[in-house]
Amino acid sequence: MLRDMMANFELYQPTAIDHALNLMNRYGDDGWVLAGGQDSFDWFKDRAKKPRAVIDINGIDDLHGIRETADGIEIGALTTLTEIETSALIKEKYGVLADAARHVASPQIRNAGTIGGNVCQDTRCWYYRYGLDCYRAGGNTCYADTPEGIDREHCLFGADRCIAVSPSDTAPALVALDARMVVVNGDGEKEVQAEDFFIGPDVDIMRMTILQPGDLLKSIVIPNTWAGARFYFEKVAERNTWDFALVNIAAAMKVDNNAISDIRIACGGVACVPLRLTVVEEVVKGSPPNGASADLAASAATRGATPLNYNGFKIPLMESLVKRAIRES
Amino acid sequence: MKIEVTVNGEHQSYDVEPRMLLVHFLREVVGLTGTHVGCETSLCGACSVMLNGDAVKSCTVLAVQADGAEITTIEGLAQNGELHPIQEGFWECHGLQCGFCTPGMIIAAHQLLERNPKPNEADIRRGIEGNLCRCTGYQHIVDAVQYASKKMTR
Repeated sequence: MLRDMMANFELYQPTAIDHALNLMNRYGDDGWVLAGGQDSFDWFKDRAKKPRAVIDINGIDDLHGIRETADGIEIGALTTLTEIETSALIKEKYGVLADAARHVASPQIRNAGTIGGNVCQDTRCWYYRYGLDCYRAGGNTCYADTPEGIDREHCLFGADRCIAVSPSDTAPALVALDARMVVVNGDGEKEVQAEDFFIGPDVDIMRMTILQPGDLLKSIVIPNTWAGARFYFEKVAERNTWDFALVNIAAAMKVDNNAISDIRIACGGVACVPLRLTVVEEVVKGSPPNGASADLAASAATRGATPLNYNGFKIPLMESLVKRAIRES
Repeated sequence: MKIEVTVNGEHQSYDVEPRMLLVHFLREVVGLTGTHVGCETSLCGACSVMLNGDAVKSCTVLAVQADGAEITTIEGLAQNGELHPIQEGFWECHGLQCGFCTPGMIIAAHQLLERNPKPNEADIRRGIEGNLCRCTGYQHIVDAVQYASKKMTR
């Protein structure tokens, strides 16, 4: 693989959303939106992606910062993970998101990496990242899902030709918080539930999110619904730093009279999308957040899981995380 | 593309290719080779520099993205021939063996002490977790940062 020198590209540095959208429309599939660069430069250096135009959106002020709104907060897509990790407002009201941001990569990467980039980053399946012509890259095979393929970091749920997983730590937290993604394109602006923003290979095998060429993630809106609730976040990875989750979990829970009155819980690293565990939610609602509920929740969580050759360990791992989320939120 | 940067307090302007990475710009154009190129994949941290007050991996930023920015590299820490307290800590506590990771380690430590002047050992280990030392001299590096913290908060 050729490393180091990136292929040349035309660089644009728009300072307004409209300008960025015009450029994105002009270049379509040949254009690439650059935010924090922590995913983009890997692709460019490996020459696995060679866009003709790179549209660096960092100069667009409207995409930066955290704002309090009437019914929650709005986080600009370019807000860095360090800003989220250290924001007093987010720590106070939506601690699970600050916690998730704190678990991403390493300090320097959190200084540069953005929340928008963290949720829009491409999967880390090493066969795909290596530039092989797999399904996700437009080919007609999966190199991971073969007798010899090393699939220990791949999915338990939702396999459909591709078995890659969602790598993001903040995505499960946003699903747990019932966040909405604000997407803009030439036709205007729309809001999409975080849960529907991420898509599996059954919907489109070449994309991880609903974003089409020409679409820009502008901001993320978190409603007040879960502000100040009980939260839980945990990430298990092989290394403590600069590593993607084998499995991570984010939960938001409300407890009344020692009974779980409401809960949202989502797992990363087990499917192509941050997987909302609606069955778990139904199972534990009305029960106390204790060990017995946790055990029931854990077995409900992994029902229907389809382990691959080398990732069976993710089933007990996911069960342990669900148990701890129920007991320790 | 024309860019203007302030590197270690010195205002300079250059004409660079859009695809040039900040680390290559610093080493090959500005001529400051203290910032090292390690993995080039934003893992090892050897290329860490301060960009507008934030420690970043300069292998994962374009030079043109630093237009208008203030950059501090390892060369910018010592003042008037006097080592910065972190550099002094590395000297006193044997914080380096081969020295390859040192510039990046010191920049990471610099950011850590700016944000948390009196870190405990766990804070320090977390603060430098974006930097790899292949000599695995981490304990001495932690000692060096503690030395600097004491000296800087005295």
